[in-house]
Amino acid sequence: MIPAAFDYTRPTSLEEALGALRDGGEDAKLLAGGHSLIPLMKLRLAAPALLVDLAAVPGLGGIQRENGHWKIGAMTRHVELQNSDELGLLQRVATLIADQQVRNRGTIGGSLAHGDSASDLPTALVAAEGSVTATGPDGTREIAAADLFQDYLTTALDPVEVLTEVRMPALDGYGWGYRKFTRRAEDWAMVGVVALVKQGADGSCEDARVAFTNMGSTPLRASATEAALRGGALDASSIAAAAEQAAEGTEPPADRNASADYKRHLARVLTKQALTEAAGL
Amino acid sequence: MGTTTKVDVDVTVNGQRRTVAVEPRTLLVHMLRDDLGLTGTHVGCDTGNCGACTVHLDGESCKSCTVLAVQAQDSEVVTIEGLGSEGDLHPLQEAFWAKHGLQCGYCTPGMIMAAADLLARNANPTEEEIRTGLEGNLCRCTGYHNIVAAVQEAASQGVSA
Amino acid sequence: MSLVEQSHAAGGHVGKPLRRKEDPRLITGRATYVDDITLPGMLHAVVVRSPEAHARIVSIDTSAAEARDDVVAVFTGADMTDLASPLPCAWAPEGVEVKQVEHWPLARDAVKHVGDPVAVVVCEDRGAAFDAAEDVFVEYEPLPAVTDARAALADGSPLVHESLGTNQSHEWSLGGGDLEAGFAAADVIIERTVENHRISGAPIEPRGLVADYRAGHLTIHTSTQVPHFVRLFLGLMLGMSEERVRVIAPEVGGGFGAKLQMTGEEALFSWVSRKLQRPVKWIETRSEHMAVCHHGRAQTADIRMGATNDGRITAFHVKITQDLGAYLMLLTPTIPSLGAFVMNGVYDMPAVQTDIVGAYTNTCATDAIRGAGRPEATHMIEVCMDQLAAELGMDRLELRRKNFIPKENFPAETAVGIVYDSGDYAGALDKLLEHVDVAEVEASKAALREQGILRGIGFSTYTEICGLAPSRITGPAGFGLQAGLWESAIVRVTVTGAVTVYTGTSPHGQGHETTMAQVVADQLGVDPENVEIIHGDTGTGAMGLGTYGSRSTAVGTESISRAAEKVAKKVREIVAHTLEASAEDIVVQDGKFVVKGSPDKGMALAEVAGMAHVRPELLPEGMEPALEETSFYDPQNFVFPFGAHACIVDVEEETGKVRVVRHIAVDDCGPAINPMLIDGQVHGGIAHAIGQALYEQVAYDEDGQLVTGTFVDYALPTAAELPSFETDRTETPSPVNTLGVKGVGEAGTIAATPAVLNAVVDALRPVGVTYLQMPLFPERIWRAMNDAKGGAA
Repeated sequence: MIPAAFDYTRPTSLEEALGALRDGGEDAKLLAGGHSLIPLMKLRLAAPALLVDLAAVPGLGGIQRENGHWKIGAMTRHVELQNSDELGLLQRVATLIADQQVRNRGTIGGSLAHGDSASDLPTALVAAEGSVTATGPDGTREIAAADLFQDYLTTALDPVEVLTEVRMPALDGYGWGYRKFTRRAEDWAMVGVVALVKQGADGSCEDARVAFTNMGSTPLRASATEAALRGGALDASSIAAAAEQAAEGTEPPADRNASADYKRHLARVLTKQALTEAAGL
Repeated sequence: MGTTTKVDVDVTVNGQRRTVAVEPRTLLVHMLRDDLGLTGTHVGCDTGNCGACTVHLDGESCKSCTVLAVQAQDSEVVTIEGLGSEGDLHPLQEAFWAKHGLQCGYCTPGMIMAAADLLARNANPTEEEIRTGLEGNLCRCTGYHNIVAAVQEAASQGVSA
Repeated sequence: MSLVEQSHAAGGHVGKPLRRKEDPRLITGRATYVDDITLPGMLHAVVVRSPEAHARIVSIDTSAAEARDDVVAVFTGADMTDLASPLPCAWAPEGVEVKQVEHWPLARDAVKHVGDPVAVVVCEDRGAAFDAAEDVFVEYEPLPAVTDARAALADGSPLVHESLGTNQSHEWSLGGGDLEAGFAAADVIIERTVENHRISGAPIEPRGLVADYRAGHLTIHTSTQVPHFVRLFLGLMLGMSEERVRVIAPEVGGGFGAKLQMTGEEALFSWVSRKLQRPVKWIETRSEHMAVCHHGRAQTADIRMGATNDGRITAFHVKITQDLGAYLMLLTPTIPSLGAFVMNGVYDMPAVQTDIVGAYTNTCATDAIRGAGRPEATHMIEVCMDQLAAELGMDRLELRRKNFIPKENFPAETAVGIVYDSGDYAGALDKLLEHVDVAEVEASKAALREQGILRGIGFSTYTEICGLAPSRITGPAGFGLQAGLWESAIVRVTVTGAVTVYTGTSPHGQGHETTMAQVVADQLGVDPENVEIIHGDTGTGAMGLGTYGSRSTAVGTESISRAAEKVAKKVREIVAHTLEASAEDIVVQDGKFVVKGSPDKGMALAEVAGMAHVRPELLPEGMEPALEETSFYDPQNFVFPFGAHACIVDVEEETGKVRVVRHIAVDDCGPAINPMLIDGQVHGGIAHAIGQALYEQVAYDEDGQLVTGTFVDYALPTAAELPSFETDRTETPSPVNTLGVKGVGEAGTIAATPAVLNAVVDALRPVGVTYLQMPLFPERIWRAMNDAKGGAA
């Protein structure tokens, strides 16, 4: 399969990239690692007229810790996350994305900007309550994860904006757990669950967060489960009880592998497992 | 609608500097096969699942069907032809031969290139690590049994790149 | 002495795990698959295909495509009316009406399934061809579609082919023994519906071809298992005399039956090349492969099995509905019948009958996929054996042993009149149990259950029918195939003693360049390195029928061996003449033709070859010069490999996800010419079967849209899903051929699915699930557990 023809530019500064995007209009697309976009272009489900390759734009890489956050350049590849054990949750999530060849090319910025609720990194960002930095013709702004993902493959990013950086709270004091249920190891998640818990000195639950992959049109938080745990005990029975509410209010998209009912069931099972891991039980 | 006007890509392939004129839409795999005659890299699917097109780009494995040739600008590409040749086989090529790690051979170049990346990351993988590490490559002939054995054999010989 | 022992005693090569002669080109990326071929002036083509499951073609507007730069031609069915005949179906059994329509490479008035070809765009450049294909505008008038075979046979179903007045193509039965009496004598009768769902062959290399018509001759390079078939049918379809058609199978990247076909594209692009007087390349995309390369299985069977209380099977009746898809391809309607020949499996059944109904649906045609009818039959038999054992309260293996055809009964004629050549079913099962401690597996279940894991073990004891040849059985006077399925071979020794062998088989991964060389090397006293096997080219050698049905060793290698023996006989006569000995006393020992008992007195093949070519005056009086012989081999019977498999699975109780923990296989394919390659064939077959049982399914929605159109949705297992396999062998020679060999290419696929399913059912019995259908996707198992518990989702 061969993509439809397009023009290609490889700007060497952010300003140049923004200019190219602006001039290209609505048929221009940013190219990062290309691992979300190129497959769609090959199947001709996407046919941008202009690709603006960010590869030569300086300053879009690197992983740094600053003020309780990880600052991760948008062009950071999954493999770099995979090789950074200090990232904890994000390292684990990245390691389970697709396969090594994909992780060697795909980028965190590309994945987040694509906004696929079936992919892994958006869920981690939503659970961690991180944010992204975007620069456009009108300047730079920060978009919270909760606001970033708006619908299927739809984000709050303006078409003429460039996502430049990801801010991921370092989650000091939190335990985390991650479960990804797939048919085959390399597949997209049927359901994925990120769980975060913070325990008080008395062992009670100070904070609990649970977010899902592929349970709706965006990454979802399991607010009933979170509320059930917050302020209470954190043990096997409280986790089991809270996990029972994990799928409340969800309307997951059914597909060939899983009906909505089965996905809701998986959400409950995986939530219990992820919370148990996060609580260190 | 975009253009089919060709642009130059400067790339080092199997150690040799090349400048290749390609359409922007040309996939790396097609540049390697059609423009450079390196037909050892194969195409087996449309969706990046089969891994038959796996090559090394700047020292790491990638699926050359999901990379534009223009993205390889200023990069180093190694294909199966550059890994080793008859009389000077790479230890993984030797091991696939010795352990019957291939049948029809179509997935083999990609499988070997993926295995080379795997061993570069983890010189002493367990069976499970090998199996998970090769999840991006499909084989219909071998059931993977002898592919795993071949990678174990190469690892036992201290191959890490 | 067995073949292997003889070889060992004579210092030969048969029985050794030689590494493959094929591999150096494959591991270095230097092999030539069809997409690696570029001819001067070559054009590229893309097929425009129907997005509709069933529709009338109202109009096709090709003007926009034709107006594009780089487009050389656009053709539709209306342009292609000068073919001499439609695509073939090779089955025309006497006394059976097979209803079918003319099937042309490009649809003429209507499309019958998603992917049906409606036009072809031919360009100077492949990318441009994809672009231009999007500019062919087809107006369709959608018609109602049916995708389920049983629904297609019901009253009021939409008709796939209006002109036939029915969706039923044919009925066919094979039975023997008194079925009624058998069921009357039964104390217990079980009834089950067994599903063998639709799968894809999915070789990693899709199909493809380069067709080159010039000066009245057609040469086509095509990724096929059957070059000689393709040549025959291309000649017929194009109205060309066959000697002007040459078919070359280059390196072929896997077949699994998917390339056992006379495809529409092979005819289409040969025609296009003739029309345009240019070479044309067409390479199938994976999406095309999933939609239009024939699928397999797609059988639903209603089964009754009767037995006495002490576990003697008295009757077995199988009613199969075969989903044919929309058209009959080369062997489409014959596939379920292959299973019928061995429907009693490894058991002595006094009465057995298979009734088959073929149904058209608005889906891609089905045809042979690895195993072709026998995996389905084995699945039906072996699943029912477990179900019967449970019904009788009898141990599953005891029930099997009680009904095995005993070793001493071979050759054994079955109730349907097929003669099994040789077998030792209890021996294979005994060997299997040396590798599996069933009690230990049972003992491990309780502790695993505590961790939420349901462990199960399943078995399968099987035989299959392979070595597809015996023309007297398969041919027009018998089963009704309009072809003799024999093989031929040419063995040529050059002046320097190098050996070139031409075979009509067409291997594509099996390693025949190695195994065939091992056999010939022993017969001619040379090293396998100096025996070259030439295959897959109708222009260079022996006529043959290709590689499928586990036939290339039992039929193809036997044919080669017979030609080699003719050469060896001539060599013995020359040696005897030269050394003044008796030809009967000349034997091959350690790479030389020597006088028996005097190993120092002998000649190497090279010496004899030199003499035969350069000094014919030294040969015995009247002997022709040179060393070259041909054989034609049509066996008297099939061969029947057999074995026993065990599978151990873990099922997650909370999610229904299954993992294969161990799979142990004991297979018997007669003497092992190269045991390493046999194990490799078994491994691949098991993986294919586990794929079917747990991961793979070709699925259409009710409107006939294909929902498994890529490798994202059609889930071939990766290394991460499978365990390493445990294999062993018994070696029971076949009396059918001189080598004693059977076949092994399909054994794993035929044997393994019921072992997996039986293991999963075994795992689930503690939670009340007693029966399941493939594919065993997690949700299906989760639902079955819920249903068994009487709970809601």
